[in-house]
Amino acid sequence: MKSFAYLKPETTVAAADLFSEHNDAKILAGGMTLLPTMKQGLAAPAAIIDLSAVAALREIAFEEGALVIGAMARHYDVAASVLVQTHIPGLALLAGQIGDPQVRHRGTIGGSVANNDPAADYPAAILALDATVVTTRRTVAAAAFFVDMFETALEPGEIVTGFRIPVPEMAAYAKFRSPASRYAIVGVFVAQTAGKVRVAVTGAASSVFRALDVEAALQERFDPDALNRVSMDPSGLNSDIHADRDYRANLVMVMARRAVSAALQNAGQGATKGQ
Amino acid sequence: MKMSKVVAIGASPKRKEDLRFVTGRGNYVADIKRPGMVFGAFLRSPHAHALLGAIDATAARAMPGVVAIYTGEDLKADNVGGLPVGWGIHGKDGNPMKEPPHPPIAHGKVRHVGDAVAFVVAQSVEQARSALEAIEVQYEVLPAVVGVVEALQAGAPTVHDEIPDNLCCDWELGDAAAVEAAFTAAAHVASIELVNNRLIGNPMEPRAAIGEYDFATGQHTLWTTSQFPHVVRFLMGEFVLHIPQHKLRVVAPDVGGGFGVKQFHYAEEAVVTWAAAKLGLPVKWVCERSEGFISDAHGRDHFTEAELALDESGKFLGLRVRTLANMGGYLSTFGPNIPTNLYAPLLSGVYRMPAIHCSVNVVFTNTVPVDAYRGAGRPEATFVLERLVDVAAIEMGIDKRAIRRRNMIPTEAYPYQTPVIVEYDSGDPLGCLDRAEKLADVEGFEQRRLESARRGRYRGLGLSTYVEACGLAPSRLAGSLGARGGLYESATVRVHPTGAVTVLIGTHNHGQGHETTFAQIVSDRLGVPFEDIDIVCGDTAKVQFGMGTYGSRSLVVGGAALSKAADKVILKGRKIAAHQLEADLGDIVFHAGEFSVAGTDRKKKFTEIAGAAYVPFDYPLETLEPGLEEQSFYDPVNFTYPGGAHFAEVEIDPDTGTVTLERYTAVDDVGTIINPMIVEGQLQGGIAQGVGQALFEHGVYDESSGQLLSGSFMDYCMPRADNFPSIVVAPHSTTCTHTPMGVKGCGECGTIGSPAAVINAVVDALQPLGITHVDMPATPNRIWNIIRNSRAALAAE
Amino acid sequence: MEINLAINKHPISVSVDPATLLVELLREQLSFTGTHVGCDTSQCGACLVHFNGESVKSCTMLAVSADGGSVMTVEGLSVAGRANLHPMQQAFHENHGLQCGFCTPGMLMSAVDLVGRNPDPTETEVRGWLEGNLCRCTGYHNIVKSVIAGAAAMRDAK
Repeated sequence: MKSFAYLKPETTVAAADLFSEHNDAKILAGGMTLLPTMKQGLAAPAAIIDLSAVAALREIAFEEGALVIGAMARHYDVAASVLVQTHIPGLALLAGQIGDPQVRHRGTIGGSVANNDPAADYPAAILALDATVVTTRRTVAAAAFFVDMFETALEPGEIVTGFRIPVPEMAAYAKFRSPASRYAIVGVFVAQTAGKVRVAVTGAASSVFRALDVEAALQERFDPDALNRVSMDPSGLNSDIHADRDYRANLVMVMARRAVSAALQNAGQGATKGQ
Repeated sequence: MKMSKVVAIGASPKRKEDLRFVTGRGNYVADIKRPGMVFGAFLRSPHAHALLGAIDATAARAMPGVVAIYTGEDLKADNVGGLPVGWGIHGKDGNPMKEPPHPPIAHGKVRHVGDAVAFVVAQSVEQARSALEAIEVQYEVLPAVVGVVEALQAGAPTVHDEIPDNLCCDWELGDAAAVEAAFTAAAHVASIELVNNRLIGNPMEPRAAIGEYDFATGQHTLWTTSQFPHVVRFLMGEFVLHIPQHKLRVVAPDVGGGFGVKQFHYAEEAVVTWAAAKLGLPVKWVCERSEGFISDAHGRDHFTEAELALDESGKFLGLRVRTLANMGGYLSTFGPNIPTNLYAPLLSGVYRMPAIHCSVNVVFTNTVPVDAYRGAGRPEATFVLERLVDVAAIEMGIDKRAIRRRNMIPTEAYPYQTPVIVEYDSGDPLGCLDRAEKLADVEGFEQRRLESARRGRYRGLGLSTYVEACGLAPSRLAGSLGARGGLYESATVRVHPTGAVTVLIGTHNHGQGHETTFAQIVSDRLGVPFEDIDIVCGDTAKVQFGMGTYGSRSLVVGGAALSKAADKVILKGRKIAAHQLEADLGDIVFHAGEFSVAGTDRKKKFTEIAGAAYVPFDYPLETLEPGLEEQSFYDPVNFTYPGGAHFAEVEIDPDTGTVTLERYTAVDDVGTIINPMIVEGQLQGGIAQGVGQALFEHGVYDESSGQLLSGSFMDYCMPRADNFPSIVVAPHSTTCTHTPMGVKGCGECGTIGSPAAVINAVVDALQPLGITHVDMPATPNRIWNIIRNSRAALAAE
Repeated sequence: MEINLAINKHPISVSVDPATLLVELLREQLSFTGTHVGCDTSQCGACLVHFNGESVKSCTMLAVSADGGSVMTVEGLSVAGRANLHPMQQAFHENHGLQCGFCTPGMLMSAVDLVGRNPDPTETEVRGWLEGNLCRCTGYHNIVKSVIAGAAAMRDAK
């Protein structure tokens, strides 16, 4: 790995200042993608800004009907958070399925979302839950945040600081993992928030996207069987040695049905808990 | 303090080697530091096939820390030879195989992605890797060919200019006329076309090598991750670097798994040894995993068409097999031997097969060289035969177990001569099958199938029997088949004056538990406490000679040498005892660590005799030399033939195509078992590797660019803990009639039996859809496509 | 850069280049060679250590990120000597949970972390937890057995 300047700010403001000064810097928010990329020589930043000392970014709170999750909350923190388990159990379950235990001990929600890996799990949740991405400069609606493969609405010098996720009526994630890398070959997050169904798909294309036909069917009837006559158009989907297009299109529908079932089940459990 | 005691053959003492590994005190090559050590890195071809033009390293040489940069031309100028092949086969026309040069660093042309182009030595690994990027190489990219079928087609790119048809050897075994007659007489012919998928062995420790040279003594030392350091010393010293054997020491310390991948002489070993002498500095190279994917020899990669002739009752009449075997861009150490001599002679399986003919085209392609990987040839043979038997059973409407029973060699028919060279000395395939059926609860399968069906899942039960020829190898027979060296093993039993024992043995321990098993043999034979025995291997400066560990040979051949050396110790001890006890040699018996005069209470302990051998005051000095150390070289009289019956049970989710291994049961005949705990571990691990081949692992090349698409653990699927159920293994042993202890070997059994068992289970599950074959690996995508297409076809009917 | 951290409970101060991975610090600079490198894509888990009590892959963490924290390697599980083996080490020995030994340190560190969170894991939980650790020798059978036995021994030791 090529050497770099290592910067470890303790506040968000300091981090933002450093990032403005060092426009060739990379943000280290766990490093589960950045460090392997640097090891392969595919990235060689002149500076690394490690956010792990910014304690404020790790907080998880419930405010005004929404979960507020700091960018540096690790997958393990989200999976284990009673707040997340209570309000959006599907999100806690998603976090508990990312990578392996060691990835979950280092990787963060902010790192994952800002990286926008086409096979990452969190972007599907952020998009389907209609979350707001909070940065050092502004707030961005999820729908506007994810642009394309590894590309987001973030501007140079801008850092994701957290997420505001309105609590949905129902939500769940189902993913089909690559048996090799264990990244999502297809992951589908289904959520119904304020009566509106959103379905986001990761792994299947160059970037996370919403499956509008699936949403329309579920809007009519939130039930796996409502999807029996919906299909996914394979054109435009990824095709590789693990999964061809047609197979991925099939998986989108299979995972969508499983996510709907799980969402109904999660909601049922929530209701039971509430009693 | 634990009481030291004798540990018998058949007991399961915990392993002696464990303590250093569980405490992080292992000593692997990558852990070794030498004074003044510098670090090497290889520049590797990004192209599958290209003419090599000018290499400009001017800028790289000027980079910080760079000590030297070498190319193939530098090696050539220094008279460094090519990597030799240890086995030369002959074609059906009697001509020897084509054996093109294999320079350690390419010159003129590169023939696969990963072919070494230059070697950088620098003060740090990071500096060496940085310098790689600054080397400018001019490539004239040529069209590449990666598949065996394509490589033989007219107009295919030529991997070696002097071999325009890419054919290394057109090899055959068996009686074509007898097979033709069998097929003419057949009531039914079952046929199959299949691919045996390319595998990448991936022992968890990546390869590594350190070269060092001492100007004062002229001594070269190589530390390497090898399964056979003596063979590396011989091949590298004699053919590549021209270093006299006594001036070359090769050390293979703790090695983190081999599976065949580390039983070849690799270019990197020669390059670091050579560079160390050039520079007068120790040179270390540690392979990165992704580098290993394109430089470790791969395994398997066959395309096969086979036909089985049967009479109306399902009795086998004859077998015809045509295989194309991928060798990659160069011949690796044992490459051409694997798909020929280790393949065709196993095609009779555990059955009476009156006539067999097998032809194998051994083919060059623009891929990483292919060589032995756990099982090596024998899983491929088993897969062809056991798949074909299932196809025949399905087509003829005969139960899959019944058709096997009808054709199995009954235990009383052993020794059994097959039509393909080998004579099985012992075995009981029916007994293995009976036991496996019970342990696998075959009776309860239908119930489990129905339960799966209720959940919308397909469930299948697969059976594979197998036989393997291992314990490589009887030298005379091997020589007649093209081996260029002996295949015996050597062991020395060094009894210290106190009666403690050090064993020096030519096999290599890299996970097999030799330090325990061999100590058990000595403890049992000499009555020496288990704790008082140490096993030394892996260092040519310590151990006399040896062929190393591969082909399930360590216990079979090495253990036999050890047993015979122990016999010699006992004989010498009896002579000393006869002198001391004033008795005839013929009256001295050795039992339970004591030499006694038969029928009397006069005796000497083993420790007393050991002491007398080194303090020879009361000793027959006129007729016997002092000291108590004996050596034996053992050359086996036949291969050994472990075998068994394996049942796999799978469940398939038709929505995603995912195959889940639900149960696995193996009953194996491995002969006498020295340490049941270790044997079970070998079987479990072997099974997991075979399951990996059947369900997960696949070395995939892009057909047009020749790039390896499965070039890291991100894309090459290594089996994980959650891919397996608990594995049931049980022995059903017959005794080998020709090895000193009756042992047969167990290292490869699991890998040989399991691929066919798993795929037979997958096919069984999909039988409602009319499926008779599924290629490996049975990945979710592949299975989903099969289910979709079959359902569409059935719907159209 | 000068960093301060505890390794196997011993505080140390060491100078590292920021580009040094934690595993490189451990193996190359400090000679804790029990932590192994088996891949370059963060999958095999041979490099697994504990950082602030949690299992992490030391090949995917900067040494400088460990500044101020505590690292435990396999060498820290016990002081050398059979009598003092950690219950998990003892369980791997008793249950033939290792063959070539290369993945073993990572397996041990992973298993100890698991049992710290879940003192009585089921076979399914063990197999799932070990997702980040590859073994090529054992077929995982005896590793799983070892972890379950080790968990029992750790419960008893409490």
